[in-house]
Amino acid sequence: MAVLTAVLAIALGTLGIGQRGVLAGAQQKAETTEVKIDNFSFGPGTLTIPAGTVVTWTNRDDIPHTVVSTDGVFKSKVLDTDEKFSFTFSKAGTYPYFCSIHPKMTGKVIVQ
Amino acid sequence: MAGKTKDEIQYDHNHDGIDRRGFLKCMAWAGTGALCVMSGGVLKSYSLSRLPEMSSKEALGELSFVQISDSHMGFNKPANPDVAGTLKAAVDKINALSAAPEFMLHTGDISHLSKPEEFDTVDQILKGAKPSDVFYVPGEHDVLNDDGKQFLERYGKGSKGGGWYSFDKKGAHFIGLVNVMNLKAGGLGTLGHEQLEWLEDDVKHLKHSTPVVVFAHIPLWSVYPEWGWGTEDSAQALAYLKKFGSVTVLNGHIHQTMQKVEGNVTFHTAASTAFPQPQPGKADSPGPMKVPAEQLKSVLGITDVNYVQGQHALAVVDSTLA
Repeated sequence: MAVLTAVLAIALGTLGIGQRGVLAGAQQKAETTEVKIDNFSFGPGTLTIPAGTVVTWTNRDDIPHTVVSTDGVFKSKVLDTDEKFSFTFSKAGTYPYFCSIHPKMTGKVIVQ
Repeated sequence: MAGKTKDEIQYDHNHDGIDRRGFLKCMAWAGTGALCVMSGGVLKSYSLSRLPEMSSKEALGELSFVQISDSHMGFNKPANPDVAGTLKAAVDKINALSAAPEFMLHTGDISHLSKPEEFDTVDQILKGAKPSDVFYVPGEHDVLNDDGKQFLERYGKGSKGGGWYSFDKKGAHFIGLVNVMNLKAGGLGTLGHEQLEWLEDDVKHLKHSTPVVVFAHIPLWSVYPEWGWGTEDSAQALAYLKKFGSVTVLNGHIHQTMQKVEGNVTFHTAASTAFPQPQPGKADSPGPMKVPAEQLKSVLGITDVNYVQGQHALAVVDSTLA
């Protein structure tokens, strides 16, 4: 049961910050960071975070975008206006990503 | 032809039926309709306001078709909360043309979010148009989430690879290309090796005098790479088309009309039927441009294209929905 709860917590954790409380009770509270998609760009374009951080992208444009890892690590569904995508970065490294619909839009997450 | 107009081009420097300076006179931004007629190696431009004075034989050729683009069904933001209504207005415009076009080209972004009901709505509205045949190429909004599987099932019957194909109409060769798949980070539109090889083979046996019409979603010329308005490997595609005397490239994607001539190739982008986008670099991003509601139809439109066999004539007419 404990294992099941942990799995559920991680699964919920990837859905968005609203679900973090479940995880927080079990272990150290996960950090969360926001990236805004505005005017066909990711802000901040380069994000540096400690391992374990949940990053949430929010599309604030009138046009759909995606968040797709260049190396295939993560890939969002298409995000319409105000839709969000979250990913938990557990391993250190550099994660370049782009919008697969508008590939001129690129960003980077550096996990320390 | 009717009497000469002051815009008539007298010199055909390249003996290719296209005069560079003359063609540039035909450049048309949204809201400023122009008709360009190439006839006997002479290019003429007319203001759309003169159209009613012209005989239909002069204005319209033996082959007439219409290009529509970027209907973005499903879009509901302030730039146009009624994209179904404006697509219907485009159909009304098509049905009001003095000679019914034989078919329609849709140069992509049929839907906004690739939802089945969005495609269904467009199909339903286009059934109201006089021409019953519609030839499609996908825009990036039509191939979201499924690498274009749904698009191919609906519109890609008989097409090759990612949906490219060609067909002949009254001596003109039409080529539908796909440049919205497998886009790479930081890059532009892409045709890809497989499609380019197919293209080379497709045009190999055509006579040089065959008029060629290429249509694809993202412009096949470098309109504004900073906004992704171009295609990485379009130069290779155009190299295969160099031998032809007349090549017309029809694109969408940038939601505004623009024309350019390069050698024997004339490039043209169509207006959207849904919402306008800013001129290159004139805004922070290429997102939907909001205009006062009463002006919206003046920045949306359709493109009417006519080819006159034996007269080397090709005419591209942009009309707004206003």
